Amino acid sequence: MLLLALILVPALGAAGAYGRGTRQSGWLVSTAAIHLMLVATLWWAPPAAVLDGWLALDPLGLVVLSVVSVLFFVVATYAVGYVRRERVGRGFASWLLAFLAMASLVAMSHHLALLWVGMEGTTLALAPLIFQRRDRRSLEAVWKYLVLSSVGIALALLGTFFLSTAQGDDPGVRPLVLEDLITHAALLHPVWLKAAFVFLLVGYGTKLGLAPLHTWKPDTYGEAPALVGGLMAGGLTSCAFLGIARVTEVAVAAGLGQFVQPPLVIFGLLSLAVAAAFVVGQTDVKRLLAYSSVEHVGLLVLGLGLGGVGVYGSVLHLVNNAVVKGLLFLAVGNAVLVVGPATTTSPSSGGGVLRAVPVSGVLLLLGLFAVTGSPPFGMFLSEFTIVRAAWAGGHPWIAGTTLALLAVIFIGVGAMMLGMLYGPAPVSGPRARESAWLVAGPAALVVGAVALGIAIPSPLQQLLARAATALGGSAP
Amino acid sequence: MERLADLLLLLVLLFGFLILGTTRLTTCIRAVAVQGGLLGLLPLVLHPQWSVHTLGLAAGTILVKAIVLPAFLIWAIRESAVRREVEPRVGYVASLVLGIFAVAVAGAVATRLPVPGEHPVLLVTTSLACVIMGLQVLATRAKALLQVVGYLMLENGIYVFGLTSLDRVPFLVEIGVLLDVFVGVFIMGIVVFHINREFDSLDSARLTELRD
Repeated sequence: MLLLALILVPALGAAGAYGRGTRQSGWLVSTAAIHLMLVATLWWAPPAAVLDGWLALDPLGLVVLSVVSVLFFVVATYAVGYVRRERVGRGFASWLLAFLAMASLVAMSHHLALLWVGMEGTTLALAPLIFQRRDRRSLEAVWKYLVLSSVGIALALLGTFFLSTAQGDDPGVRPLVLEDLITHAALLHPVWLKAAFVFLLVGYGTKLGLAPLHTWKPDTYGEAPALVGGLMAGGLTSCAFLGIARVTEVAVAAGLGQFVQPPLVIFGLLSLAVAAAFVVGQTDVKRLLAYSSVEHVGLLVLGLGLGGVGVYGSVLHLVNNAVVKGLLFLAVGNAVLVVGPATTTSPSSGGGVLRAVPVSGVLLLLGLFAVTGSPPFGMFLSEFTIVRAAWAGGHPWIAGTTLALLAVIFIGVGAMMLGMLYGPAPVSGPRARESAWLVAGPAALVVGAVALGIAIPSPLQQLLARAATALGGSAP
Repeated sequence: MERLADLLLLLVLLFGFLILGTTRLTTCIRAVAVQGGLLGLLPLVLHPQWSVHTLGLAAGTILVKAIVLPAFLIWAIRESAVRREVEPRVGYVASLVLGIFAVAVAGAVATRLPVPGEHPVLLVTTSLACVIMGLQVLATRAKALLQVVGYLMLENGIYVFGLTSLDRVPFLVEIGVLLDVFVGVFIMGIVVFHINREFDSLDSARLTELRD
């Protein structure tokens, strides 16, 4: 029942929050808090599967669910400050909560078609939020997002049907239920399974934003409100990665490890290369963050494709990515709120964020180091684990290429962000105090990012290790 | 019953060609509506022992794909007083030739694939051909509204493939899929409406402000 509550609570919250004006944020925060508490209880008492095994929670699902829930709670507290400053539509909190409900469904689905329904739901729930400003640029962004994501996700549906065809008509097997797919993996028809993997990888890869399927990402992240961008870069990507991880899990169980690994590695390296090419010389900070997101989802699938300890690195990176992306988007959002959008679009007219919004500026500076994988932040560990897996797996050129591309991205991100942070305070725009609501969330995420880099709590480490083992990898 | 199913599938393909070849927007929407209606009849013909499952699926599909969504899209055209021509990037004849090529490829793939059970190869051929034609419309037609039509064609093709495993995919999931398509097209329709108001055109090729 607890599993159903995790979907129903945000769904009811979404219905209740509709049209409440500024009181929307109250609904948003309280629903997010209840959701977070429910998720916390799952860590102590593993729940039984419900609905004939359609909804269940395995280690990987719990990782994604926890990541989304924590990130959502932080974003919800931030939204309290945001709603006080910006005019938002009637459905602002409702759409956010609908996203939470759908993301929870994705994390808990052990029926792959139900997973698809949730995945499409997350896509649709965020679309109206991208369109918040209702001007030409956001219109263009939401259109590209909708068309590309919808087509991608349609191909994933075709892949899901292929998978059900691969299963055949064995009466003892529940169709498309993950446990049965894995335990009876040897009976899957290999041709259909391969076709299913390709379509699901391309489909959910579009949603994840892997290069060359990433073209919607810079536009969407660039135009969406910062808190929505953070939720997309941290939460939506985790859900999409889960989709790819599920089909990889099935394919590995069926003995197709050799078939699935090369495409994952190629997508990963290509994403890193595209990110490196577009990060250097980028003039809009939100687009910069979008390309940084392309980099990090590339690392996720790269680790998955490398196998072994790389899978552990990948799952750890999922956690780090959510924390750091939330931090960066919210800190950038504060700069935009106080200084105006000029700061984020052109460094020549901008700059001076550290003077204008000192607290958020420091948070942004810390986020800069976190996102580029500097110690002592958590991303250093996960990136290091993935590179080490490439080296240990006998692929020194993969390790070398990854390191070189990461270095280029480090320079690109650093150069742009430092240009934005330092310099004289901008004269334009009303000077405003940074409200506690707006800085508490990102500050908490900084603490999280450092904690993950210094010592991963042992329950989390065990959970990550179990998730990695289920995906055919190993713990370090 | 087998003959009837084949006839329906052939009609689905023909209406796909109509979308590729017509010059008028409303014809495209009507054609995709007819396609939706034919798809709604297919489960009834393929599974003659009608159950609640097949009846519900047929009713839901016809309601959403043949009635509500097309009516909504036609409303969007009328309200936004858009020019009624298709204005393609790739000419009509070339589009039709590409469509024939799509059917040939789909047929070749379908005969090679180990199609399960008693289902005719034509089902898989139609499905894959529809998917390719839908992608073709998405790629070669600049108007935002036609991209919605292309997306619907793509979904129709996937739906046909879903019929090969109707017994395996549960009712709840199918309704979920239908609901997602419905909401998706609905949101797209609203965006199309706004695009027209902002840009005085439904041409997504004018959406070029965002670039690196």
